[in-house]
Amino acid sequence: MKLPAKAAQPNSENLPFFEGAEKGDLVLPRCDDCDFVIWFPREICPECGSQKVSWFKASGKGSIYSSTVTRRIPGGWSKVTPFVLAYVELDEGPRVMTNIVECDPEHVSIGDRVEAVFEEATNRDGESGPPLLRFRVTES
Amino acid sequence: MSIKGKAFIAGVYEHPERHLPDRTLPQIHADVALGALADAGLSTSDVDAYYSAGDAPGFGVLSMVDYLGLNCHYVNDTETGGSSYLVHAQHAAAAIAAGHIDVALITLAGKPRTGGDAPGGSGRAGGAPEAPFESQWGMSVPGGYALAAQRHMYEFGTTSEQLAEVKVAASTHAQHNPHAFLQDVVTVDEVLESPMISDPLHRLDCCVITDGGGAMVIVSESVANRLTRHAIPILGTGSFVKSSQSGRIDLSHTGAVRSGPLAFAEAGVTPNDIDYVSVYDSFTITVLITLEDLGFCERGTGGQFVASGALRAPHGELPFNTDGGGLCNNHPANRGGMTKVIEAVRQLRNEAHTEVQVPDCELAVAHGTGGSLATRSASSTMVLGRSL
Repeated sequence: MKLPAKAAQPNSENLPFFEGAEKGDLVLPRCDDCDFVIWFPREICPECGSQKVSWFKASGKGSIYSSTVTRRIPGGWSKVTPFVLAYVELDEGPRVMTNIVECDPEHVSIGDRVEAVFEEATNRDGESGPPLLRFRVTES
Repeated sequence: MSIKGKAFIAGVYEHPERHLPDRTLPQIHADVALGALADAGLSTSDVDAYYSAGDAPGFGVLSMVDYLGLNCHYVNDTETGGSSYLVHAQHAAAAIAAGHIDVALITLAGKPRTGGDAPGGSGRAGGAPEAPFESQWGMSVPGGYALAAQRHMYEFGTTSEQLAEVKVAASTHAQHNPHAFLQDVVTVDEVLESPMISDPLHRLDCCVITDGGGAMVIVSESVANRLTRHAIPILGTGSFVKSSQSGRIDLSHTGAVRSGPLAFAEAGVTPNDIDYVSVYDSFTITVLITLEDLGFCERGTGGQFVASGALRAPHGELPFNTDGGGLCNNHPANRGGMTKVIEAVRQLRNEAHTEVQVPDCELAVAHGTGGSLATRSASSTMVLGRSL
């Protein structure tokens, strides 16, 4: 079943990430001073404190660092259980919280190789917003 | 300068109720404030410092100082989730050691069962920079901790049976607490047969949700010396905010790896010296990881440690949460730090229930964890003594 997809509200600091998502690209910030790939997207490097960052297109590939099948949850998500909440470790380094989709939740494991999929999202008024970064398994 | 021996917990109070439909949030703060002050032998007119976290209504410390009728020249509303009250105690002890204040009051109250805030909130305004990247994925509070549990199992072979033993030990303690929300002893099988919430955490791996609250009063040595009540010296404190680690989060440990050593060093003791521990128990996994982080067992061996019966009072190797903890007794306002300190004080005063009182309890640790192990969290550790 399709998971809830609530569009994020971009701001001036994280806009390049969401502009990338609109095009189906995973765009990440990298520190100009120490080359650190920053997550979550922001215009300050948490490693060295520099506010000089550039945005680049990442591979969209990674592997599952941890995952859980949520079976009981209040609210709208209760309609889509069981679903997979996960941390994916991108090949560029960051570990990002996400959902694993297009899968049998009972057969998702730590270490599985995954790739980014961008899913349509809508805001509170039903208007479409930046797509959501989720992942599907390519190799388990 | 150290706070060791400069500040004393003179009064504590845990609200006896777990369901409070007819008390307002300020009233519950007042109930526990007056209870802790009475326990110390003090009154509101003695208080010169007040501490509360995001659970305080309105303007926080301003609203509550006004409502309670206090005269304070020192206030603090540090918000680190469930560990807030240990952080407050640390800050109060430092302010006392510096000679700024003499009587600090710290309160916690909430009504999650009867219309108050749901678990996981900070009481703060929105707009967190991380929110657009974390709030879209259906992460419940148990779901986040489940991510940590899954990783611990993957790295160290920790099992659901071992996690369940944490709940079993808590329930054997809670049977002696007439105020405990859950008073029935449960078995490992009953934990494993309870509904799965988020793999691998079952319903009985999760703490309770209760109305209520608690308070503590921390005083200077000169005030402690004129009170008749047994005041408990604070021997060491340490806190650490574990961030999401620049997006490389390691889910297999908590900030207790930093807060614990700071507290032990200040107290001049080691984990081996500790007779009793109140350890934060939002979930069974929280306990298991924290015990490793604080050095009570080797990293990765928390499963074997708890399965050995170590946590069971009064004769286990390291009796824990003898009130039943957040897993069985009480988790007022979805924040467990205050009750962790309160039960440690009971143990050191020799006032825990006789069935779970640790014999010759001289040194205790109270530990809080706030925020989420899945993202960012604040750990705070306090070493307390029966005497200096």
